[in-house]
Amino acid sequence: MKGAKLIAVMAILVLAATAAHAGILENVKKAGEIKVGVSGKVPGFSVPDQNGVWSGMDVDFGRAVAAAVFNDPGKVKFVPVTTSERFTALQTGEIDILSRNTTWTFQRDAKQGIDFCGILFYDGQGFMVNKKLGVKSAKELDGASICIQIGTTTELNVSDYFAANKMSYKPVVFESADESTVMYDTGRCDVYTTDASGLAARRTTLSKPADHIILAEVISKEPLGPAVRHGDQQWGDIVRWTLFALINAEELGVTSENVDEMMKSTNPSIKRLLGVEDNLGEQMGLTSDWVYRIVKHVGNYGEIYDRNVGPDTPLGLERGPNALWTQGGLMYAPPVR
Amino acid sequence: MKDPSDTRSSKMMMLYDPRFRSWLAQALVLAALAAVIGAAVYNTAHNLEKAGLTSGFGFLGEVAGFDISLTLIDYSRASTYGRAFLVGLLNTLLVSGIGILLSTALGFIIGVTRLSPNWLISRMAAVYIEIVRNIPLLLQILFWYIAILNPLPRPRQALDLMDLFFLCNRGLIIPKPVWLPGAGLVLGALIAAVAAAAVLVRWARHHQMATGRRFPAYYVSTGLIIGLPLAALAAAGFPIRWDVPTLQGFNFRGGLTVLPEFIALCLALSLYAAAFIAENVRSGIMSVDKGQIEAARALGHRPGMTLRLVVIPQAMRVIIPPLTSQHLTLVKNSSLAVVIGYPDLVHVFAGTTLNQTGQAVEIIAITMLVYLTTSLTISFIMNRYNIRHAMRGA
Repeated sequence: MKGAKLIAVMAILVLAATAAHAGILENVKKAGEIKVGVSGKVPGFSVPDQNGVWSGMDVDFGRAVAAAVFNDPGKVKFVPVTTSERFTALQTGEIDILSRNTTWTFQRDAKQGIDFCGILFYDGQGFMVNKKLGVKSAKELDGASICIQIGTTTELNVSDYFAANKMSYKPVVFESADESTVMYDTGRCDVYTTDASGLAARRTTLSKPADHIILAEVISKEPLGPAVRHGDQQWGDIVRWTLFALINAEELGVTSENVDEMMKSTNPSIKRLLGVEDNLGEQMGLTSDWVYRIVKHVGNYGEIYDRNVGPDTPLGLERGPNALWTQGGLMYAPPVR
Repeated sequence: MKDPSDTRSSKMMMLYDPRFRSWLAQALVLAALAAVIGAAVYNTAHNLEKAGLTSGFGFLGEVAGFDISLTLIDYSRASTYGRAFLVGLLNTLLVSGIGILLSTALGFIIGVTRLSPNWLISRMAAVYIEIVRNIPLLLQILFWYIAILNPLPRPRQALDLMDLFFLCNRGLIIPKPVWLPGAGLVLGALIAAVAAAAVLVRWARHHQMATGRRFPAYYVSTGLIIGLPLAALAAAGFPIRWDVPTLQGFNFRGGLTVLPEFIALCLALSLYAAAFIAENVRSGIMSVDKGQIEAARALGHRPGMTLRLVVIPQAMRVIIPPLTSQHLTLVKNSSLAVVIGYPDLVHVFAGTTLNQTGQAVEIIAITMLVYLTTSLTISFIMNRYNIRHAMRGA
């Protein structure tokens, strides 16, 4: 099935007429919805519930863009894509935004015809093992069988890490995260590896989550963020500044609950952000109240984080590097002005 | 002087000439096809460039940076994508090759069993065929992998036979022969024995044609092929050491590991294809006229000889063409490996490599070309075999 989809996507690449097409924003407005490529299988990032209602950080980001464009967070269609088809789907216009816990790397940005629009979540790769093995550190994993997902930065990082520490391992590489998790759970592998947030998410789906620990070592930088097709600067700007608007809103204390009061604020930064005085949004092809729409419907960055992966959720992740720069984290957005 | 209307009429004549018209039609179709292919290539190149994608085959020389669980040739993370492609290709050929041999052997046995006069045996073969060929292959692969091999005990509780062979959910781990200096002699002896056996069989046939006397060439050559390398082995002082697997940490160290992914894929492919091949064999044997067998018996041939000299050669004419397509199907079906993580061509090249480089068009094109080439090669070999048999049977 994956093969068929890939071939179909490639057929578009081969057969699509070379005539110039309108900008993505215009196409999206005409279609009345934004197509957002998501994983669909990572709790806390993108997963549908029993009623088909999506939740997660990646999902909420897609809704934020829809709120900015349509003033309606529901005008978004989530398209589950696998790791191996995600870039092709974006390149060929099957999706308008890739918001799929995808790591920003040089190769992907420079060679694959896509542009990353910032960092939604600072992550790093970790290892999960069964407590019964008595492993305390990743340095003790010599000779282990490791379940990995195909075509990820994870696959390369493991190789780097074991080579650097002069250890050997046996890769067991699966097509989907579901399959890797099941095979890890049933003992085909000693270790499951992916981004630390993914480990926390995946642990909740194991048969006995309490039997497994996530080792302390983080072996890589995994800045996860949304990406768009290369070549449409306007659309890239909209997606990039939607992310920055979410972070700036948190920094300025604008939340979904107080945003209406904030419209009367005298703080010039807040006035500019919410478009009370300026019409910055119109310069990107949106309306001047674009940030108001985003925060009103979806909330600010902190709200999105707490709702999906924060300490009160099953994932229970502290803010850590994802706290604002004013609170010792790395979240820092250029000013809206 | 020539009448100008003359040339015109001869031109008109050409249009009415069926040979000229068929040439013209073919040329037009060819030109249209070339135009379509040209447009597709141009379109692709243009679209790739417009999308800011790198194209070309330069990536094959870049460092891959990932590991593969089964490598028949030297491969490490420092090898190139081109090398990774070869590893994947060999893994595909390995599982297909073994699958073809197993399925053909099993298919012949089951096909003959299906025709057995023994009611129980023939029913058992029929039940096997009907069950196996009516369940989708993908499910069978998952069945072997998830339901049979995965529940095996973990390495620390591995089933073990004489501390040499171990079976666990990491696969079948067996001692690995390590050849020491002098092993070349054994290999040489084996090659010499096979060559001698081939000559002997030929000579025996000529001898029988000329004199009518039979020489037990098959028994002698079997002895030769087994005996000569053994003698060489003894002469060289047994230049072989066994690398015995031992449990160390998480996994077994040393020895040869047959991956559960490989076992599951190989079993599923072989058993599935064998069911179809069995039916081909049955139809082939049943197509041989009963009178042929009666005639052979009347001439005093024993049942074994009747089967070997009269029935099989004629049945092969019917069996080979569908057998070829079973082999082709098996090779193509091996790409289902991707669902259980067996590192075949599709998994390593059209999976990991495609994702790390992003060059979908080139990689899918190469992958398709490989399957096409493999299938055409198998077709070619089987067709040659078929031609030989068809002539003899006629």
